Amino acid sequence: MRRQNFSRRGLLKTGAVGSAGLALPTIFTSSASAFTNAPTGSSVTLGFNVPQTGAYADEGADELRAFQLAVEHLNGEGDGGMLNTFSSKALDGTGILGKKVEFVTGDTQTKSDAARAAAQSMIQKDGAVMISGGSSSGVAVAVQGLCQEAGVIFMAGLTHSNDTTGKDRKANGFRHFFNAYMSAAALAPVLQNLYGTERKAYHLTADYTWGWTQEESIAAATEAMGWQTAEKVRTPLGAGDFSSYIAPVLNSGADVLVLNHYGGDMVNSLTQAVQFGLRERQANGQDFQIVVPLYSELMARGAGSAIAGIPGSQNWDWKLEDEGTKAFVKSFGEKYGFPPSQAAHTCYVQALLYADAVTRANDFNPCAVVEALEGFEFDGMGNGPTLYRAEDHQCFKDVVVVKGAENPQDEFHLVEIVEVTPTAQVTYAHDHPMFAGGALGECNPGA
Amino acid sequence: MDAILIQILNGLDKGSAYALIALGLTLIFGTLGVVNFAHGALFMIGAFCAVTLQKILTISVTTIDPERTDFLGNPLKVKTPYVENWFGPEIGAAIVDWAVPLAILLAIPVMVLVGFVMERGLIKHFYKRPHADQILVTFGLAIVLQEIIKYFYGANPIPTPAPQAFTGSLDIGVWLGFDPYSIIYPYWRLVYFFFAGIIIAGVFAFLQFTTFGMVVRAGMADRETVGLLGIDIDRRFTLMFGLAAAVAGLAGVMYTPILSPNYHMGMDFLVLSFVVVVVGGMGSLPGAVLAGFLLGILQSFASMNEVKSLLPGIDQIIIYLVAIVILLTRPRGLMGRRGVMEE
Repeated sequence: MRRQNFSRRGLLKTGAVGSAGLALPTIFTSSASAFTNAPTGSSVTLGFNVPQTGAYADEGADELRAFQLAVEHLNGEGDGGMLNTFSSKALDGTGILGKKVEFVTGDTQTKSDAARAAAQSMIQKDGAVMISGGSSSGVAVAVQGLCQEAGVIFMAGLTHSNDTTGKDRKANGFRHFFNAYMSAAALAPVLQNLYGTERKAYHLTADYTWGWTQEESIAAATEAMGWQTAEKVRTPLGAGDFSSYIAPVLNSGADVLVLNHYGGDMVNSLTQAVQFGLRERQANGQDFQIVVPLYSELMARGAGSAIAGIPGSQNWDWKLEDEGTKAFVKSFGEKYGFPPSQAAHTCYVQALLYADAVTRANDFNPCAVVEALEGFEFDGMGNGPTLYRAEDHQCFKDVVVVKGAENPQDEFHLVEIVEVTPTAQVTYAHDHPMFAGGALGECNPGA
Repeated sequence: MDAILIQILNGLDKGSAYALIALGLTLIFGTLGVVNFAHGALFMIGAFCAVTLQKILTISVTTIDPERTDFLGNPLKVKTPYVENWFGPEIGAAIVDWAVPLAILLAIPVMVLVGFVMERGLIKHFYKRPHADQILVTFGLAIVLQEIIKYFYGANPIPTPAPQAFTGSLDIGVWLGFDPYSIIYPYWRLVYFFFAGIIIAGVFAFLQFTTFGMVVRAGMADRETVGLLGIDIDRRFTLMFGLAAAVAGLAGVMYTPILSPNYHMGMDFLVLSFVVVVVGGMGSLPGAVLAGFLLGILQSFASMNEVKSLLPGIDQIIIYLVAIVILLTRPRGLMGRRGVMEE
């Protein structure tokens, strides 16, 4: 029989030591585990989720170049780029809160499931505290939802659907890029000046979330100024040959073709519309016109001479004259040998805005970052005075209306700036019907 | 009526591409018994022959223009193609302008070589393997080829315009007594249709009226007997693989002004072309051509607003619906031969 040799004093001692031991991890790690992937060492990891393969791989490559440049500038390397022109002076080139910025990359493949898997891997395996990038609204909505669940910040890249900060908005997600409503609001007055109010528009629309909201926005804006809508035709994504959709335009009574297409679809539909002689024909006693609401320099390169004279809109253009744009174009151009695209610009700015918000909040906690970004007003980042609206996490800033150059001097001058539409003209109520049906919810710090 | 005519015309050029790809697929299947899922990639490589020639013809000498500046404010580097320096601005510009038709001359040897290397280097090892193995290996090869193209040329479409002489469109409506601009058809699509007709006629004439073609046809009907006559049928079939590759490549070259080349354009055409082969009848060359045009025109009709409003989404599935109906009513396809894929 074993003899139990407990004393009252011994039991108390053992209990005290045991309790302290159990409490120890909580005492020393409580602040670290308050949110997902709290940085504990001398560095912080950001996750850049861009299309490295698939149809938007070139755009993704440009986004990645911009992210690399942003990381260099945050760590005090290079010429500092927009850090020199940014109205907030919180960042000093010593990383973020003194931690050196490192990054990992994922490949969205422009597929929602692949993009979510890549983001999840960067969060769980690599400890990314923020995810940014992307070139598709479908991907942005999917990854934004994942980041909300995981408790990290999502700084969207190129996403233009109203839904990203509309019905699918999330507290942990922020969009710097403009949206379909803003494109339409900026473009409609220019179209009125160019083509008058007696017009009949025929819409060809990519059949997915971005196309639907783009069509809804531009149709509403043009109808408000007196245009009629002859037809709205949905085209499958990646159709290639659009001739069977373009040919009926000839006899539809329309005198304007609106191509709510992006990427390869835009290149092909525009090229084929020009081949079908739409721009040389007359309808309703007027010259037939083509409009492409969302432009991209990379796509303009694909369309070649077909883009000449076609109006559209952009979030930003490297030919803008403000100091922020000049600083960014200089940094990017000297490093890579060509000017940055608007996709590169928005990604660069998003990386800096995140770093600045963390620094101002003095905390990597996503809820602190959300608080720092909501209602944040800034300047010097290429779009004039800008507001990150608290109600929907959408940036409000000037929009650039452009048209294809008639005689481009080189491959970098394929688009010309027609006007810079002021912020007030593209601002809408956060509960506007086109953005209804969603709610930010509560910020999620995870962990 | 004019809307119907427009869709028939639209179907013709799409059908021409289907017919040319399906013709090559059928040739390979009929001669070598291989289900070649890399055939779409051959169409894509052909298209990139046009891109390559365009790039070669625009290789430029760089001079500095001190009067103008680049985007960084440095003196502008002006690029002038060597061909313009060598042949003068007008002739040089004309050569660059005609890059797509000229690419035919580049594409024929390149595609025959690619076909030869593909057949000798990989596919011949799978002749006696099940069709599932052939499909897997050729599909894998197609993915490898498209990734190679993407590595060198990027993922975005590359504009390869038709020569200036063919950039306009023809007002067919006026010819037929309709209102002006009611039926418009781009010149280049007409060129493509006639080009496809010439290629198809050339392949049929080659098989029908030459000794080589006669032996190939005999081999397709009874390979063993032809072999017993002392004829090296394998070598001729290898050459037919090269011919099929060249046909797909030429189809790709001439399609570039219609669809700006990108690395996945072959995959977009491949599945539809296989349906064309099945609907036409496995191993039947006339069947492949007939089904190509038929399905191209049907696909165009299904894209009409009037049809789509009655049957939403029909434009996406029409080809497959027709394939199901034809295979249910004519299991060997429109012109399929008894015994092919039936053992």
